[in-house]
Amino acid sequence: MRRETMLNATLMLILLGFPLWAWSVDEPFLITLSTRAVIFAIAGVGLNFALGIGGLVSLGHAAFFGIGGYAMGILAYHAQTYTALAEWPVLIEGTKSMPVIWIVAIVASALVALGMGALSLRTTGVYFIMITLAFAQMFFYFTISWPTYGGEDGLSIYVRNGFPGLNTMDPIQFYAICYAWLVVVLFLVHRAAKAPFGLMLSAARQNGARVQAVGQVPYRLYLVAFTISGAITGLAGALFADLNRFVSPTMFSWQTSGEIMVFVILGGVGRIFGPVAGAALFILLEHVLGGLSEYWHVYLGAILLGVVLFARGGLFGLIAGREVAHD
Amino acid sequence: MSTVLLIEQTLNGLQFGVMLFLMAAGLTLIFGVMGLINLAHGSLYMVGAFAAAGVAAATGSFLLALIASLVAAAIAGVIVEMTVIRRLYDRDHLDQVLATFALILIFSEGTRWVFGSFPLFLDKPAWLSGTVMLPFGIEYSLYRLTIILVGLAVAAGLFWMIARTRIGIQIRAGENDREMIGALGVNISRLYTLVFALGAALAGFAGALIGAIQSVQVGMGEPVLILAFVVIVIGGIGSIKGALVGAVLVGLTDTLGRLLLPQLFGLFMDPSAATTVGASLASMAIYVLMAGVLLFKPSGLFGGA
Amino acid sequence: MTEPILKVEGISKAFGALQASKGITLDLRQGEIHALIGPNGAGKSTLIQQITGGLAPDAGRVVFGGQDVTTYSTAARARLGMARTFQISSLAMEYTVLQNVVLGALGARGGVFRFFRPVMKDKALLAVARDALAQVGLEEFERFRTSELSHGQRRQLEVAVALTLKPRAFLMDEPMAGLGAEGTQRLMGFLDGLRAQAPILLVEHDMDAVFALADRISVLVYGEIIATGTVEDIRANPLVRSAYLGEEDAEGVA
Repeated sequence: MRRETMLNATLMLILLGFPLWAWSVDEPFLITLSTRAVIFAIAGVGLNFALGIGGLVSLGHAAFFGIGGYAMGILAYHAQTYTALAEWPVLIEGTKSMPVIWIVAIVASALVALGMGALSLRTTGVYFIMITLAFAQMFFYFTISWPTYGGEDGLSIYVRNGFPGLNTMDPIQFYAICYAWLVVVLFLVHRAAKAPFGLMLSAARQNGARVQAVGQVPYRLYLVAFTISGAITGLAGALFADLNRFVSPTMFSWQTSGEIMVFVILGGVGRIFGPVAGAALFILLEHVLGGLSEYWHVYLGAILLGVVLFARGGLFGLIAGREVAHD
Repeated sequence: MSTVLLIEQTLNGLQFGVMLFLMAAGLTLIFGVMGLINLAHGSLYMVGAFAAAGVAAATGSFLLALIASLVAAAIAGVIVEMTVIRRLYDRDHLDQVLATFALILIFSEGTRWVFGSFPLFLDKPAWLSGTVMLPFGIEYSLYRLTIILVGLAVAAGLFWMIARTRIGIQIRAGENDREMIGALGVNISRLYTLVFALGAALAGFAGALIGAIQSVQVGMGEPVLILAFVVIVIGGIGSIKGALVGAVLVGLTDTLGRLLLPQLFGLFMDPSAATTVGASLASMAIYVLMAGVLLFKPSGLFGGA
Repeated sequence: MTEPILKVEGISKAFGALQASKGITLDLRQGEIHALIGPNGAGKSTLIQQITGGLAPDAGRVVFGGQDVTTYSTAARARLGMARTFQISSLAMEYTVLQNVVLGALGARGGVFRFFRPVMKDKALLAVARDALAQVGLEEFERFRTSELSHGQRRQLEVAVALTLKPRAFLMDEPMAGLGAEGTQRLMGFLDGLRAQAPILLVEHDMDAVFALADRISVLVYGEIIATGTVEDIRANPLVRSAYLGEEDAEGVA
């Protein structure tokens, strides 16, 4: 087995075993930490689809994370207040059903990504970075100034949403849901990367002129990749909101965009499992460094700087070798 | 709505725009000459504001505070350029984004460590407090008017510097062709440090000027940074003229949007709903402006190609 | 005579004061190699870009396979069978040799927006790809990473990718550049046979190769075609000799 495959398997086993151990010794806090890691991993896998394969340096993925979060928040808020979300042209009511919320979160964030991508992808390079960052900030300010759903204070949801046959308030059961989603998302992204779309998308990153010369349009590839990427990160946002039973404009903040990117980089860009390692490492650092100092972000910054300047492959690069395999 | 209010808000928009210009000019210069996207530019803005607040508290002199903001931000800029930024010129944008994001974390938390989480206050000096009487009987804040004039003076100075001085020639040469400045016998690494320090000083200066209107606190720089990005996208990257036009457009759109949109919706909605909807949409106005520019001129109003 | 596959009709393009193309008209007929020569800065790259869709001409039109494609994108022209190779190798460098040709086959076949089945197990695409590699003699290198190939092998791979595009015409921008004597000989032999598959518009600096291969030659000087004709016509043309070949000789001496 290749070292990278071994590493992937080890990682997924740790993410399975650690919470189970925490559950057996009755440490719900550690389960919650693991849940955060897994949800962040999903968000990172989403960004990595656009960034790692397509080379789209999006600093606006907080937009999708937030849209997913608010999709959950708004639907659950209307369900818990017994008010209709819309009465015209058709009656739309809130819901406490996770599957429905997931679908809404995925569709809504995909649509937002489609619109944002259609505009941002008219540019490249540093423009693209600035524009995605700016659009996410637009959502941030909009949610702050829109009082219906809590404005700056956000929305609290009193009871976690339901999933048929599970008690979602039980940390380990909610963890199982998130872990299952991570596996599904990883599987689908892995397949897409090896499929015709992945081959052409990665080629567009490597050489746009080549893709045009074989009769394909990079813009369309990028737009589809960006949309899928946004949808995955949106799903993570919905799960994150459910974990906290709370949504606020913070989900839309530029720090969130930056952190999602950090998950990708700490793990290793372009590796399907990179963001999983990155998110786990991030949570570990947050926990360990956060215990040392209130100002742990200074250390995080220093570590990130070190990774960027001296260890570009991230964790995967250190352990599994520099080259990303293509076969 | 009175004309006086409209003119006053237009001036506020101009003041906001001029301040954004100070940020955007540095960013766009740094990008134009070195090809670097610097997310930590907002941190230099913050450094300037904190330096000014500290010096003002110690000496009571606003002028010294302003000088301190320029010096502190420039020094911070030089240190950052020589230790970190320099290694990033040959890297791709992703690395630049990440490294400068890391710098934000270090700057912000480091400042919080030293100064704490509570905002500091920088008071306007007595000789700039109060209002002035403008034509048509408009009473306007002397301080804000001063910001506008100082900002425009800095803009004029920058244009002059780039058009007429040796360093300006080197900057223009660097924007067109990096190898050429080497051939001209220019010390490139010194030029880069200088340009970075200049951008940093402008950002720090803006931070100090605004610090006297708003509070001085950690995290104050990034929202301004993102607005400066919007300015650059609208104006076109690398263009000082674009930065000026973009900054004024953004400043006016934001300020007037907040004034006019609620009133617009008030025409056909009840007042409280109109205020809500208007204010929410006004918060998006500049991004809509940016989207509009992207639709018709993806490289910005004054961008090449 | 059948209709030419490619017709360039009165193309003009100016960059500010610089007139890069002045009413250029030329065509590419079935079964021929039509060489385009001219000194550096004559506007060859600008012309190629206008034919392939990278630049829009100010005036004139490009007709390909009987269709006016002047407003078509590069990708749309490629899908019609306009297969180009680049002056500077333009390949996906992280990919293996095989992946690069599969990419070409996939681009030409379409069905790019499929997300589930592994493309490198698609038998139809692999067959097209391996056939193209075999034609240029790269079949033993299919598992090599493209960045590991020599310069000459990359040029061969460029041609192989073009072969996967269901080509109706080839546009080759200096395919011999930097190949060395032996490589040039081999590629010339290959192109010689290739014209039967689809005609080739060949931009080339190597005059020996051009005179050996071309059925017709067009000479571009300062954005204008100053002569079009057979090898003998061009050799004998006094205008060409003074404007171009003289200069080329001078360069050869220097």
